[in-house]
Amino acid sequence: MTAFVPLLLLVLPLVSALISFSLPARFAVWRDVANLLFALAKLALVSLLLLQVRAAVDSEWRYQFLPGHDFLLRVDSVALLFVTLSAFLWLVTTIYAIAYFKRGPNLARFFGFFNLCVLSATGVAMSGTAITFFLFYELLTLATWPLVVHKGDEQSLRAGRIYLIYTLAGSAAFLAGILWLKALVGSIEFTAPPDLSAIPPLTLVLIFALCVGGLGVKAALVPLHGWLPAAMAAPAPVSALLHAVAVVKAGAFGIVRMVYDVYGLQTVAELGLGLPLALLASATILYGSLRALVQTDIKKRLAYSTVSQVSYIVLGASLAGPIAAVGGLVHLVHQGIMKITLFMCAGALTERLGVKTVSDLDGAGRAMPVTMAAFTIGALGMIGIPPVAGFVSKWYLGMGGLQSDNGWVVAVLVGSSLLSAAYFLPLLYRAWLLPARTDVPHPAELAGGWNRMLVLPAAATALASLCAGLFAAFPWSPLSWATLIADTEYFR
Amino acid sequence: MSPLDLLVALPLAFMVASLLAGRRQQWLLLLAVPVMAWLSVWLLILPGGSVHAVGGWELPLGILLRADGLAQLLVPATTIAASATGLYALHEFAPGSDGRDARAGTFWPLFYLLWSAANAAFLTTDLFNLYVTLEMASLAAVAMAAMGSVRAALRYLLVALLGSVFYLLGVALIYSRYGTVDVTLLAGLAQPDFATALALTLMTGGLLVKAALFPLHGWLPPAHAAAPAPASALLSGLAVKIGFVIVVRLWFEGLAAAATPAGLHLLGGIGALAILFGSFQAIRQDRLKPLVAYSTVAQIGYLFLAFPLIAGAADPSGAWAGMSVQAVAHMIAKASMFLAAGLMLEAAYGTRVADLSGLARAMPLTVTAFGLAAVSLMGLPPSGGFTAKFLLVEAALRQGAALHAAVMLVGGLLAAVYLFRPLAVAFSGATTPAVALKAPLRTAAPLGLALVAITMGFAGNVLANLAADAAPFASPPGSVAAE
Repeated sequence: MTAFVPLLLLVLPLVSALISFSLPARFAVWRDVANLLFALAKLALVSLLLLQVRAAVDSEWRYQFLPGHDFLLRVDSVALLFVTLSAFLWLVTTIYAIAYFKRGPNLARFFGFFNLCVLSATGVAMSGTAITFFLFYELLTLATWPLVVHKGDEQSLRAGRIYLIYTLAGSAAFLAGILWLKALVGSIEFTAPPDLSAIPPLTLVLIFALCVGGLGVKAALVPLHGWLPAAMAAPAPVSALLHAVAVVKAGAFGIVRMVYDVYGLQTVAELGLGLPLALLASATILYGSLRALVQTDIKKRLAYSTVSQVSYIVLGASLAGPIAAVGGLVHLVHQGIMKITLFMCAGALTERLGVKTVSDLDGAGRAMPVTMAAFTIGALGMIGIPPVAGFVSKWYLGMGGLQSDNGWVVAVLVGSSLLSAAYFLPLLYRAWLLPARTDVPHPAELAGGWNRMLVLPAAATALASLCAGLFAAFPWSPLSWATLIADTEYFR
Repeated sequence: MSPLDLLVALPLAFMVASLLAGRRQQWLLLLAVPVMAWLSVWLLILPGGSVHAVGGWELPLGILLRADGLAQLLVPATTIAASATGLYALHEFAPGSDGRDARAGTFWPLFYLLWSAANAAFLTTDLFNLYVTLEMASLAAVAMAAMGSVRAALRYLLVALLGSVFYLLGVALIYSRYGTVDVTLLAGLAQPDFATALALTLMTGGLLVKAALFPLHGWLPPAHAAAPAPASALLSGLAVKIGFVIVVRLWFEGLAAAATPAGLHLLGGIGALAILFGSFQAIRQDRLKPLVAYSTVAQIGYLFLAFPLIAGAADPSGAWAGMSVQAVAHMIAKASMFLAAGLMLEAAYGTRVADLSGLARAMPLTVTAFGLAAVSLMGLPPSGGFTAKFLLVEAALRQGAALHAAVMLVGGLLAAVYLFRPLAVAFSGATTPAVALKAPLRTAAPLGLALVAITMGFAGNVLANLAADAAPFASPPGSVAAE
């Protein structure tokens, strides 16, 4: 029975995608219902798995898809961290997207690809071999492209083009890297790290560079981050999904897999790859923050903030110590829920108040208090102010830096926090303390079902990021799960 | 009775029947599809390497038909591609529809002629018989091309004749040197001497013209771009594979003794150039059909790039399977893409890529077919194209041929550049062109083919094992001696 659970996790979004593609526009209500039901079903299934995996029962499904290459889906604690995140945020984003688009054009297409995108992210999470990972990683590119160009205007088409050039080139490099490695070691299964001792160090370094370079495109490591701000042309639910769950996370998650499960910490340390990667991540963290500072468009500012924040995960992996590892892994979840809050709020503000640039925000707090409250929680979390979840990640990363004798990491974290404050606090100041604009009428924020569906998902994720920070020490919190991973998988 | 000769003979019978059937000829297809499908299944369940001597005449007098793994892949794929194309053409080439009687009258006999020629070429091991299939295929292909542009067809005809002459010269040399033209016999006789090398060079040169390998591809884009959609699908999917298969038979089996590493690397290098050149040309095209036609030039390159990889591998089965699957995947995906492109251009304002705007809304199923075929041609998972390129890249990296691997990966990226462009335009635009759905079969045909191309991505293991079945390297001379 358990062998089919991973497969079922993929079948649910696939069926949902097929339903969405095939239902004509006049059955839009049924499409919405089906999407919500499938999202709920997946969340229920994932909850079941959480209980199972906690009891140390991993389930896997394997078949040989090419001679010598296994297609392996495996649900272990690392995979489940990502799967749970995607299942939860899928539900939230579905509700939000339904309200955001209402009954607009081309929605069958949108929800179809949206589901395929979730399928790919889930597949990425559950991949048990490097090749399986690649399959889903590439599928993710294909599934997200129609979402990026969804609006069909000149700007989205350009964004789509840039997105493809970056990501396809990245996957090609990644594929070359894993096939090269596979030619040398025979099999790359995450739970059974290959024996790399017989391979010349230079080759290993080159392969690592190819793989991490390829994955770094989606993880938006500087200088491979160019597609991400451009992709802001996409509608808000897409941005939320790209930034919080699917694309950037797939890249970051892949780097985590490379460091821990393919090379292993010892080999990474012997080859001296940890420090360059940590430096690259730090550079990305600071560069992203600096660029965010000068953006006047709110979505662009959030995009550069993503560039900066996702690298925390890479930083956590590259520092190669148990505490930093926990910090990196937990940030995978924390960044997801905080960033999706921010994007959903930004979308709602644009939709209801016409807010696009920073100066449009004046007095928005009075017009849409619930939305701005959620935004505020997200922003404070990004800065790293306790008790929001972001603080927990930064605390662990800082401690991890000190533990692995990389004290400079603390300076990077402090600098990044200061910069985040510098680009987030003015938004909050404007929204709460400046007088409202007079040219836009105040909407009733929660009047009607559509508006509630637009605002409440963000409120829910804001609450979740608050709880993840407040109750970090409790069982079942993201932190305790990340600690479980570090204790049972990586630092036995 | 054997499916081997029926697979060749029945399409010929259908050709004659369609000539006789007059205005009802297109309905013959409804008989041909199930019969050929049944024969293909029969072929698939034969043990690999099964042979059948035509008319009971054994070698060296008779002609041998053989079902090796490559043929067991290509013949059923031909059945799928030809059937879908035929079903698509039922509407386009029906007498009485828009006064297309004359064209309908010529299309169906040519269709069966090409089908027969392709099956014969994939199954025959006799070099002279192969020459006959080449001529049959060229005749059908040139006439089909002439339905679009007589100018392009004449150019095609001249080039094809030139290719045939070179090939025939080579065959004559081989016959005078060894007294046989059967590939299986030649495999044991061939010597690496000058006459053999010269014959191999002549024949290969002639065949490369027919296979449209760069730089001998010049006739292909105008001919394939101008022809009606079903004809383009057959020309790009089937016709060019015939020359390719014969080259494979020569280099890896019949005259393998004269196949020098330098020659193999030359073919591989030309293949690499074809990938790059074809892709760049496709990127430069303004109009949709020439774009798809240049994509064929690039995809043919992969087939020949595989040659040095097969020869250089310690275990050639990976690269061999990659090459075979690439031939099949390209056949299916390209047929699908040409058929989809035909429908899209009918609905669009003009022939340029820029005219496709709004079509993703107007004809979502057709654009889906185009997109899925594109996924396979780009070599993205899951698809037959991915399986093929994955196997080839892996084989290249295993033997340290990093340059070959890089060319294939870059080729995939370039394919993405030119194939995503029409897709992006189809997704764009605020207006939705009104499209009248004339015949559901015409929408179903490219979509069905595209789904087959995608499904091949899930069945990679089966395809790879089938391709390696009875492959030339599976029975090296040593094992024969051991018997």
